[in-house]
Amino acid sequence: MSARDTVLGKIRASMRVPASDEARRKTVADRLETTPTGIIPGRAKLPKAGQVDLFCAMAEQFGATLARVSDYKAVPAEVATYLRSRNLPAEIRMGADKRLKKAGWEAEKNLEIRHGASDGGDLAGVSHAMAGIAETGTLALASGQDNPTTINFLPEHHIVVLKASDIKGDMESVWAMLRKTQGKGEMPRAFNLITGPSRSGDIEQTILLGAHGPRALHVIVVE
Amino acid sequence: MELTANKFKANASKALVDAQLQKALGNVEKGFIGKRQKAADALPEFEALRDNARDIKNHVLAHLDLYLEEYERKVLAAGGHVHWAETAEDARRIVLEICKKAGARTVTKGKSMITEEIALNDHLSANGIEPVETDLGEYIIQLRGEHPSHIIAPAVHLNKEQVEGDFRRVHTHLPEGRDLSEPVSLLSEAREVLRQRYFAADVGITGANFLIAETGTSVIVTNEGNGDLTQTLGKVHVVVASIEKIVPTLEDTSQILRVLARSATGQDMSVYTTFSTGPKREDDPDGPDEYHVVLLDNGRSAMLGTEYQDMLRCIRCGACMNHCPVYHAVGGHAYGSVYPGPMGAVLTPSLNGIDETGQLPNASTFCGRCESVCPMRIPLPKMMRHWREREFERNLTPAVARYGLKAWAFFAKRPKLYRFGVSFAMPLLSLLGGTSRRFHSLPLAGGWTRHRDLPAPEGRTFLQAWAQREALKQETEQ
Repeated sequence: MSARDTVLGKIRASMRVPASDEARRKTVADRLETTPTGIIPGRAKLPKAGQVDLFCAMAEQFGATLARVSDYKAVPAEVATYLRSRNLPAEIRMGADKRLKKAGWEAEKNLEIRHGASDGGDLAGVSHAMAGIAETGTLALASGQDNPTTINFLPEHHIVVLKASDIKGDMESVWAMLRKTQGKGEMPRAFNLITGPSRSGDIEQTILLGAHGPRALHVIVVE
Repeated sequence: MELTANKFKANASKALVDAQLQKALGNVEKGFIGKRQKAADALPEFEALRDNARDIKNHVLAHLDLYLEEYERKVLAAGGHVHWAETAEDARRIVLEICKKAGARTVTKGKSMITEEIALNDHLSANGIEPVETDLGEYIIQLRGEHPSHIIAPAVHLNKEQVEGDFRRVHTHLPEGRDLSEPVSLLSEAREVLRQRYFAADVGITGANFLIAETGTSVIVTNEGNGDLTQTLGKVHVVVASIEKIVPTLEDTSQILRVLARSATGQDMSVYTTFSTGPKREDDPDGPDEYHVVLLDNGRSAMLGTEYQDMLRCIRCGACMNHCPVYHAVGGHAYGSVYPGPMGAVLTPSLNGIDETGQLPNASTFCGRCESVCPMRIPLPKMMRHWREREFERNLTPAVARYGLKAWAFFAKRPKLYRFGVSFAMPLLSLLGGTSRRFHSLPLAGGWTRHRDLPAPEGRTFLQAWAQREALKQETEQ
């Protein structure tokens, strides 16, 4: 008997599962099919404008810095300003996201852009988030060529661009978005929910920013 | 680790006089309790979410076999591998085989209690593969050859001076005169040292907070980002998880996430909640080439259908130990088991047998704080009581306690005799209490009076006092 059959057999024996468990199978199939929502906190149920404001407030509360710009054309200048204000070299790492590519980086002549996954040598990386979650000021990023996962974790500074219209009240709305883009039951290889910069409290419970991931998280919300 | 649960009393005595440990343990109360309360208070739906989280896990446990099958099907469809492990030994063997096949010389590890449970590091080391812990707390205790003293804050028993000593001892390639007096400089040094290890590692091993049946996804919840670097930069990602980590859907995951971080660290969300599904895809520029899940039973299937089934709802947030007066007093190592605190006192006897662990269910004052903060509403004191009953049945309780309990039970089952006895004993003890109204020593009560005085009784029994009170009430009403 395989280990799989042994473990499943032990579970069924302990649970005294009846020989015909059609009712149980149906219960499981129904739940996976209907994906019931559960409790959504009241604070996440806001009109659209309120959601964007709540997202910004929560993201800042959890340690991110924030800029709101009117359109994508303003993103390169905002990135350059951020780098200058932190005394960082004018270099960024970026994936193939079309919205970012079309933002008009040639306006920032001194800015060097490296493309593809991060190799660990980048001080600043720029990603485009799939969504924002107002409830907790959380960013949602999907892996792939457009926004390689390594950019989320290796650079010291992570700059994330987010469309205001992609800000949702709750986490559940992001699952609905994912089902639309990926198909039901499907996920990107890596899906990162990020709330603030990397931190640790492992030494004497003192909270410090910049443990292994980015020391700083800067969010640019495009209206 | 070597199980020394039945030396709890001796371990605790040592812990109580360990000045370094006592200083560090102050951080548990300071660091966790107020933050959890604040986070819970800020979410009006928190209590309702706890109910819902409990119900979701109960639903999973009632259908565990079917959800596991569904989960496996989805992992395979995403190009991953699923390995079933009945015992800790099976899991160790499976992980080692994967590492050997990948030609691994070093593996990085994200923080994982399950790999502590199966003692994976020792097994890899013994077979010529170097495991590198990358969570800051885990890294520190690995340098010290210790085990985690807390399930989410593994190095909470240490002070910064001890960590500085370890870094100076091990990081000999760095200048001697460097300043390591503050936690921030210690963190920076660990970050630099470990950065190189992620890129050099062949395999990255993590645990999982959740396994989602709907999508075949494993989820890790972290603050540092080390788990993500571990699983993204290795050529092979191995997830080691126990069978009860299953949740049905993404929505169910959200419900439990809302209580997890708040209960653990008082955060609304941990910094990184990462959903991993299968290996690198065709157009992926990064991620592992192989994705393996090792599903571990190790005694859990035998807990189903018993009075210990509720323990399988545990999501390892650590709130029970953060609020436990016994844990506050002695720390996690005194328990002498992988899982300390109240959840450990219930789980460890299930995994290792009550014969070897009988002292753990007794390491509790039954104050009930653990149950009152448990996000999954696990009745921890009730289950510890069940273990005490088992221990008593199996004659594992020390003889004096056993005969004492038997004598007490004899009288307790005969109320008339009991009342008759105490109606003599109480006035006698009251008389013996003298003018100080306290006992400095008393036969059979040395365990109490060695450390503090016992107040003398007032002279009446409770029932007598109650009857007089009622009589007085009736008089005044008339």
